[in-house]
Amino acid sequence: MTAPLRGLLSCDPAVATSGVTLLADALRAQAVPVTETQWQPPLDGTLEPLTRVMADRRRSEANALALQRMTSSGAELVDVRPASEALGLERGTFLHAGPPIEWDRASGPLRGALVGAMLFEGMAQTPEAAEAVLARGGVVLEPCHHRGGVGPMAGVVSPSMWVYELRDEVYGHTSWCSLNEGLGRVLRYGAFGPAVIERLHWMSSVLGPLLQQAVRSGGPFDIKALVAQMLQMGDEGHNRNRAGSLLLLRDLLPPLIAADGTAGDIAQVVRFCGANEHFFLNVGMPACKLSTLAAEGIPGSSVVTTMARNGTDFGIRTAGTGDRWFTGPANTPEGLFLGDFGPGDANPDIGDSAITETAGIGGFAMAAAPAIVRFVGGDVRQALRATQTMYEITVGEHTAYQVPILEFRGTPTGIDVAAVARTGILPQINTGMAGRVAGTGQVGAGLVTPPVQCFTAALQALAAAAEG
Amino acid sequence: MQAVGVTEHLEVRGGAYYDSVSLMTVSRQVTTAPGVSAAQVALATELNLEVLAGMGFTVPGGTQPNDLVVAIRATDQAGVDAGLSALDQALASLHGAGARAEGLGQILAPRTLGAAIARGSASVALVSVPGQYATIEAWDALERGVSVMLFSDNVPVEHEVALKDAAASRDLLVMGPDCGTAVVGGVGLGFANVVRAGPVGIVAASGTGAQQVMALLDAAGTGVSHCLGVGGRDLSTAVGGRSTRQALAALAADVTTEVILVVSKPPAPEVLADLQRYAAALDTPVRWATLGAGRPDLTTAVEEALRARGVPVPQWPAWRGASSGESADGFLRGLFCGGTLADEAMLVVAEALGDVWSNVPLRPDLALGADLHAPGHVVVDFGDDRLTRGRAHPMIDPTLRLERIAAEATDPTCGVLVLDLVLGHGAHPDPAPELAQAVGDARATAVRDGRRLPVVVSLTGTDGDPQAVSRCADTLVQAGATVMLSNAQAARHAVGLLGSGVGR
Repeated sequence: MTAPLRGLLSCDPAVATSGVTLLADALRAQAVPVTETQWQPPLDGTLEPLTRVMADRRRSEANALALQRMTSSGAELVDVRPASEALGLERGTFLHAGPPIEWDRASGPLRGALVGAMLFEGMAQTPEAAEAVLARGGVVLEPCHHRGGVGPMAGVVSPSMWVYELRDEVYGHTSWCSLNEGLGRVLRYGAFGPAVIERLHWMSSVLGPLLQQAVRSGGPFDIKALVAQMLQMGDEGHNRNRAGSLLLLRDLLPPLIAADGTAGDIAQVVRFCGANEHFFLNVGMPACKLSTLAAEGIPGSSVVTTMARNGTDFGIRTAGTGDRWFTGPANTPEGLFLGDFGPGDANPDIGDSAITETAGIGGFAMAAAPAIVRFVGGDVRQALRATQTMYEITVGEHTAYQVPILEFRGTPTGIDVAAVARTGILPQINTGMAGRVAGTGQVGAGLVTPPVQCFTAALQALAAAAEG
Repeated sequence: MQAVGVTEHLEVRGGAYYDSVSLMTVSRQVTTAPGVSAAQVALATELNLEVLAGMGFTVPGGTQPNDLVVAIRATDQAGVDAGLSALDQALASLHGAGARAEGLGQILAPRTLGAAIARGSASVALVSVPGQYATIEAWDALERGVSVMLFSDNVPVEHEVALKDAAASRDLLVMGPDCGTAVVGGVGLGFANVVRAGPVGIVAASGTGAQQVMALLDAAGTGVSHCLGVGGRDLSTAVGGRSTRQALAALAADVTTEVILVVSKPPAPEVLADLQRYAAALDTPVRWATLGAGRPDLTTAVEEALRARGVPVPQWPAWRGASSGESADGFLRGLFCGGTLADEAMLVVAEALGDVWSNVPLRPDLALGADLHAPGHVVVDFGDDRLTRGRAHPMIDPTLRLERIAAEATDPTCGVLVLDLVLGHGAHPDPAPELAQAVGDARATAVRDGRRLPVVVSLTGTDGDPQAVSRCADTLVQAGATVMLSNAQAARHAVGLLGSGVGR
């Protein structure tokens, strides 16, 4: 017979405490090992729903399952295709980052990107004409996430744009993301000048088809393995993708060089990809999306499966609440600015790239990328502390993504809405900053957190669905 | 209220949570600043707002229970400033421990109990957060697969039942809520006395009751294997002895436990009957120290348990002070920190003297009003839920009881005072001098008014305790009190001192 109470009476107790320090001191006075919780009351207004969610008998196993699925899912780059083919995206429908939004409430960069996409698709000849069509609701707007994909910053995707297609063979999911345009004045940051539209046409006519040949002949490429490697090379996969971009290029180069195309075009593609520090981001993001897709639809789980922003609202979704969005007003990032841009030029938080944090990298892996503080501000200590703090609000650690400086500890993975409410710690997101005026482009990079309402609203919904 | 030469400062700070024990220390540090005559730094709970009102401070409406109220009365503005600066220092030192380490090796403190359990590979969790939050912490512990002691009170009974059912299904134990004492594998959790190891296993629905029993056993030279707290409501109809049943089974399977003693305040009869049937089927003998009218008191139950094992029953330690030579007219007033000690004293007093008014009354019609006063025999339990909201337990923060002792001293109807003092880990590090001072002052006040005020102290503790029972007894005796280890004997002694003038 095993000892009752899991051997409580036959072991030398080690105690974890939560509450008054005096009682922990009393244990220390008896030479008992004590781990003390730095306890604070939960977020305002969450006591009742938290009590219900914590008591949900499915929660513990549901969250463990969510973590297990997130970390065991695969991510392979299998194809590069136009969005019309890959997603069946119809002319007149534009996808965008973040939760659903209408033109009236859209921010500058999202409006700018939509105008650019109209021009690119030939649906308007001038920005003014494009705006007029958009303003009267002449097109359909839909979140990338509703089609299983992700888009950085404004995240605008139109049918003629090419996308990376990634596959998770473990759970049978497909995800996708647009091709990266480089930095500076680009569509995803809301720029729509002639150079921007011209680049988009080149991407559709030259870059996309050559990448397609390379991926089809040399692939599939294991993107999850590249993410694991880049974290050991100083990237965090959201705002720092230098190592990842070189690793991806290394994989693509042999089939790219052998592709059917002019030497000039191939050279230009290689130069374009090699010059882009964020070349990897657009395959890293859908890899993360595949991870969170695997955790969707687990009743009782309080794990976050989506964090996304449209420049106006921040939205999250959880494993236990299906497709429902929980939104709040997006915060404006704090960080460093390009050139003579300043805080007044920055748009509120925008983009689907927070999928990286949702899947356990990006801001959550900041300790792996100390050099990032030169880009987003702060010091190395803060980078370490950011990752260490995120362990307090996540269900567990990633089995493949590790942080060398933390003795190869797995990255904090699976944001638990209940833990956010209990600790008041919000997810740490590293992000780029778009100019608030349509047509500006990128103005800086920095750090941001989601609005707390997203989590309190999700908690209420989880509580309403809780099973005692 | 404001007089010449008095400057007051009152502010409410939002979003600054501190535990009540830490705030008591902070209040004391502010009070000792030069020029400060009174200060209270406390969370804005209903009880604390009343205390502040009693001090003459008016707190603006709309405060939340987790807001921090800073109230300072000083001789002048310089005194207020000194108080505020002492406050800053005291609050900063509370945060000091976590903020020290820096750099690569920095270890951040765990922010949830679950994280603390995982990091410390803990085998048991101890929760003492304010009661409304305790359920969340308890679920976290059960989710991590460890038994939990809920020191917190004010936990809803339906939460208690749900937690205990979930724990049982996972072969875990919920000790509490409102569980003041446990001893597991020789380690005292919460308020616990240092007792020798031995064959007696205790199941305790009563914290101070269990401490009293352990102190008596220790004085008789017998030791304790484990003391599993189950919470004050476990033997109620609503909870139905859920944790008691598990604790009985665990102790019955424990090789070091030869006899089990169940200690409880008055239980629900049908729950007791159920548990007695369950216990009868166990291999280990189970004895019952369950208080109630017509049932043996704790001392008698311990004596019976000792005799059953063939252990001689000693003379229970008593230290007679000047009070024992006095007799007085009037009513008995019992001011207790331990709930079960208060219960036991009431049962003893009621049997001898009739009705006793109380905030934890033996019958509903004997309930005290909000002012806690009645023109008769009165026993107040200062550890009751309603008197600890947002305040530390009186075993840690004796302020409210000390004030009441002073009040009784000026009350001509008060004939004899009965006080308890509970020692051990977790309790006040040196409570005797402060209590002795209050006893001495009260007796002197009575003498000035031409009365006698004998004081009897029930002292629960052992010589192994950090405060050492005999040293505390000596201090109290010097102030004129008579001190007894047996709570029941102390109550009887006080009844005896009232003599023939009782209650007239």
